[in-house]
Amino acid sequence: MLRLIPVLPFLGFLVNASFGRRISRRAAGAVASAVMLASLVVALVAAGNLVGLPNPGRALVEPAFSWISSGDFSVNATLRLDPLSAVMILVVTGIGSLIHIYSTAYMDKETDSEYARYFSYLNLFAAFMLVLVLGSNFLVMFVGWEGVGLCSYLLVGFWYQKESASDAGKKAFIVNRIGDFGFLLGVLLAYVRFSTLDFQDLARSASALSPETSFGTLSLITLLLFVGAAGKSAQIPLHVWLPDAMEGPTPVSALIHAATMVTAGVYLIGRNAVLFSHAPITLTIVAAIGVATALLAATIGLVQNDIKRVLAYSTVSQLGYMFLAMGVGAYAAGIFHLYTHAFFKALLFLGSGAVIHALGGEQDLRRMGGLRRELPIAYSTFLVGAMAIAGVPGLAGFFSKDEVLFQTYAGGHTLLWIVGLVTSLLTAIYMFRLVFLAFHGARGEEPGAAHHPSHLHDAPPAMALALIVLALGSIVAGYAGLPRALGGSNRFERFLEPSFIVSQETRRAAGLQGDLEEAETATASLEVGLMAVSTLVAAGGIGLAFFFFLRNPRAADDMVNRFAGLHRVLANKYYVDEIYDVTVVQPIRIVSEDGLWRGIDVRAIDGTVNMVGETVVGSSEILRRLQAGSVRVSAASLFLGVVLILGYYLWR
Amino acid sequence: MIALPIAGAILLLFIRDDEHNEALIRKIALVVSVLVFAETLLLWSRFNASSADFQFIERHAWIPDFGISYFVGVDGISLLLLVLTGFLTPLALLGSWESIHKHTRAFCMFVLVLESAMMGVFVSLDLFLFYVFWDAMLIPMYFLIGIWGYDRRIYAAVKFMLYTMAGSVLMLLAILGLALLHNTNTPSGGYSFDLLQLYGMPIPARLQFWFFLAFALAFAIKVPLFPFHTWLPDAHVEAPTAGSVILAGVLLKMGTYGLVRFAFPLFPLAAAYFATALATLAVIGIVYGALVAMVQPDLKKLVAYSSVSHLGFVVLGIAAMNTQGVQGAVYQMLSHGVSTGGLFLIVGMLSDRRHTRLIAEYGGLKKVMPHLVAVFLIVTLASIGLPGLNGFVGEFLILLGAFRWNPRMAVFAATGVVLSATYMLWMFQRVNYGEVTDENNARLVDLTPREWAVIVPVVAISVLMGVLPNLFLRPIEPSVQRMVNQVQQSAPVRIQAGGRRTRNLQLGMKNSELVPNSESIPNSKFPIHN
Repeated sequence: MLRLIPVLPFLGFLVNASFGRRISRRAAGAVASAVMLASLVVALVAAGNLVGLPNPGRALVEPAFSWISSGDFSVNATLRLDPLSAVMILVVTGIGSLIHIYSTAYMDKETDSEYARYFSYLNLFAAFMLVLVLGSNFLVMFVGWEGVGLCSYLLVGFWYQKESASDAGKKAFIVNRIGDFGFLLGVLLAYVRFSTLDFQDLARSASALSPETSFGTLSLITLLLFVGAAGKSAQIPLHVWLPDAMEGPTPVSALIHAATMVTAGVYLIGRNAVLFSHAPITLTIVAAIGVATALLAATIGLVQNDIKRVLAYSTVSQLGYMFLAMGVGAYAAGIFHLYTHAFFKALLFLGSGAVIHALGGEQDLRRMGGLRRELPIAYSTFLVGAMAIAGVPGLAGFFSKDEVLFQTYAGGHTLLWIVGLVTSLLTAIYMFRLVFLAFHGARGEEPGAAHHPSHLHDAPPAMALALIVLALGSIVAGYAGLPRALGGSNRFERFLEPSFIVSQETRRAAGLQGDLEEAETATASLEVGLMAVSTLVAAGGIGLAFFFFLRNPRAADDMVNRFAGLHRVLANKYYVDEIYDVTVVQPIRIVSEDGLWRGIDVRAIDGTVNMVGETVVGSSEILRRLQAGSVRVSAASLFLGVVLILGYYLWR
Repeated sequence: MIALPIAGAILLLFIRDDEHNEALIRKIALVVSVLVFAETLLLWSRFNASSADFQFIERHAWIPDFGISYFVGVDGISLLLLVLTGFLTPLALLGSWESIHKHTRAFCMFVLVLESAMMGVFVSLDLFLFYVFWDAMLIPMYFLIGIWGYDRRIYAAVKFMLYTMAGSVLMLLAILGLALLHNTNTPSGGYSFDLLQLYGMPIPARLQFWFFLAFALAFAIKVPLFPFHTWLPDAHVEAPTAGSVILAGVLLKMGTYGLVRFAFPLFPLAAAYFATALATLAVIGIVYGALVAMVQPDLKKLVAYSSVSHLGFVVLGIAAMNTQGVQGAVYQMLSHGVSTGGLFLIVGMLSDRRHTRLIAEYGGLKKVMPHLVAVFLIVTLASIGLPGLNGFVGEFLILLGAFRWNPRMAVFAATGVVLSATYMLWMFQRVNYGEVTDENNARLVDLTPREWAVIVPVVAISVLMGVLPNLFLRPIEPSVQRMVNQVQQSAPVRIQAGGRRTRNLQLGMKNSELVPNSESIPNSKFPIHN
């Protein structure tokens, strides 16, 4: 049954890829959405079956054929559903279905064949993403891992005639490949060390070891895997592709670059929680990179003027939170944030999509404003999403972000907690800056504003449906993990726990951090206190945004002028792209072209060869006069001789 | 199987080479090559995949006084290479269907004769016979490039010829040396070119050293291993589509096949001694080929340099000399044949239309020829090594084998993963994406039925090899294992897969990394040092 979950979207891909040009666009969109919904139903049934199993170690395993075997190495194409992958498939199929439905309306300006092509890619993506989360070993996961990278490449570059789009797609793929370099080496090292690539077997073998106190093999394995995770999940220093990936259609940004694919890195760590728990040095690095990414991306998000880029940096920043959680060993909290983030970030992207759709492709915040009257559905749902991400109490983001921060603080990482808190302030500011600039105030006065149609259409039904469902999700999703401190029982994390179970035991053994439940009951009052701080921070952020971007826009300009240098650095994203270009891209290009190719290949090697050749020719000139005949004749006679001799002996 | 293509070529001799008969000639050649392919498939179906031994052995005395015989047989390593040859030849013919109008009969004959010679190389178990086929291969290839090539075809053909000849002369000396050695060094005495007899013959380490060098040089040129690769880009660029397909698809495998079949098992001590050096050149080739491919303005040159990179992987796998490494290497040979053959077929389709191979002349083709670009994408991805397609399996097994042997090599080789994506996708973008900037590109026709027939088998095999690699890995495995054991037993200092190295890793990486193989060969066994 598990097989059906990725196979259904794959069938959708096949249908649209082969017959997409021949069936109506309606049929193309319907097929694509139907297979996703069917996959969602199967996923729900599978998750239901899973819950029905006895708790410790519950999992559904579906072995398939042996994929690659060579000597003592063998890998099966096995799928496995445990609580962690159950959460992931529900996110992928659930939010995936909504985004497919949304897309049927959003992509309506495309020609029929482009429309079908879009949906075939989107289905293919879903299929690979499901393989990624269902694979029971590294290689099956890697199929999905590379597959989603491919679909991301295709979808970011969907409007291939635009150079910026195909550039962005290529950049996404190549930066991801840099991550894959680490991933692959980590996998190889893991295999050489443990003689297996199966997640369960690896976890069992690793749990028999004691955590590494110095940087050993496990630390190296996990660090290499983290390089892969950082590539896929856009963490520093491999974050540069994600903002550019916004060149793709907005629903793609929502599905791939917010809700699902970019979280694969977080999932990778969650999936290998046991390995990571035994490598505290790597965990420290993960947490540090995570929190640094969260902070830096948030600062960049403050000054961007492209509505999708703000959201992109916000995604990078939120992914940083998830890595922070993973890094402090709060795996369940990290996955919880992944899950709530999928709702509200998909919602925000789709909301921005509704705005862009209404404005005929306009993405510049400076040319928006006052849209709340004309686009009430987009506005109200977007506002819910913004509140959720900013951490307004009661909404999804509040619970999950708070859980991450609480676990960080409770784990004794005060510095990380402070940075996380500052980031959460910045989050509230940049999110509400966006809300105020786009939906409140007056329409921007920048040149070009006049091009907008005077009467704007709000989200059409298919889009509105997705927005409303996601908005509801952004409100209620957090209650699945209502913490004990607020009278809940943190069911979400308890459900997930078995997926990290070996790790919990060893964590206790290692004295890294107490048991989840103990920690919770002992520190309920602490948690409530921290929540209050977070709430204040969120309110403060929204207030600041209100002051600078709605009440007194001139103050914002003053700030920009006063800190012009800083503003320039932020607006240029710390010049990371430029630095890479100067230090990596150009040198490689120049060395390859002038050094290796024209220098070594053409001049050194070929030069030598030709020189030898000329010497020989020169000296044989004398010999040549003695012998008549040409190469052709002598070669042909040699050849004929061979044929005759062979023929004779063959038929003798 | 060797005879059939030649018979076909002889049949063609009886048909007058004029325009009237052109279609007939082509059809006969195609039918013959398809029959050969069917024959190879039949061979595969009757092949006992669980056995490591040579099967379908045929032996006829040829020049008994010198121990030369017509001795052929097939094992798991050669079996699939034969199938690959059978698979690519009809595609190469079909791919050149409309672009060759000059001396069609001769063209088809040369392709068929070349096919015979290639098959001969793969099945020869007599070193002399092997050498005959080895050199026989050169001649038709020389003419294919020299007659039907592009502008600088003569230069390229001569360069190809001289490079390869230079290597094979030394190899011939080594082969003769081996036969002499058999006369003096074995109890039975007598000259022998019989590979199986020579396998069992003890060869002094000092001689192994020189023999290995002679063989390895011939094979390294053929692979081509850095820095012996510069004939390849020229040969590819100037060769007609069929020539490039066969050259990249099959001929380049001769070198790596030779390493597996002859150089390593015949001279295990020397092989162990040189493995690190060989692997180093291979890894340099992987990175170097990829970097140079990146900046090529010409599509065919780009693919040619990518071959240098891909075949570096193959040599690395062989040098690792463990099951995964060698099996991956054989798999990569097949896989490279399919995907690079496919790339050359596609480049051929483009240059049939536009008569240029310069990347800058294209752009925006996706809009004009969506189907061609779609298959182009699949073949490109296969070449990049996307899991689920053919390229990944070989690369992964090679990296695994290399990692078990010498992690440093694997680390450097793995950068090829990043680089291949870079040069292939950049090329793909410049050719297919963007707006159509050149008027000449605006009205190109999409795939014709003939072209569909050429490219669909390539795509299908790519997918099959990616999804069900065991289908191909199984018959290879016993022979590879036998060969690995043979080498490892004679040079026991080499660390077997797993084993000690794993334990070293527990202590940290450093210990295991700092044991290059050259040091682990005791000097007493290797007088060459003294």
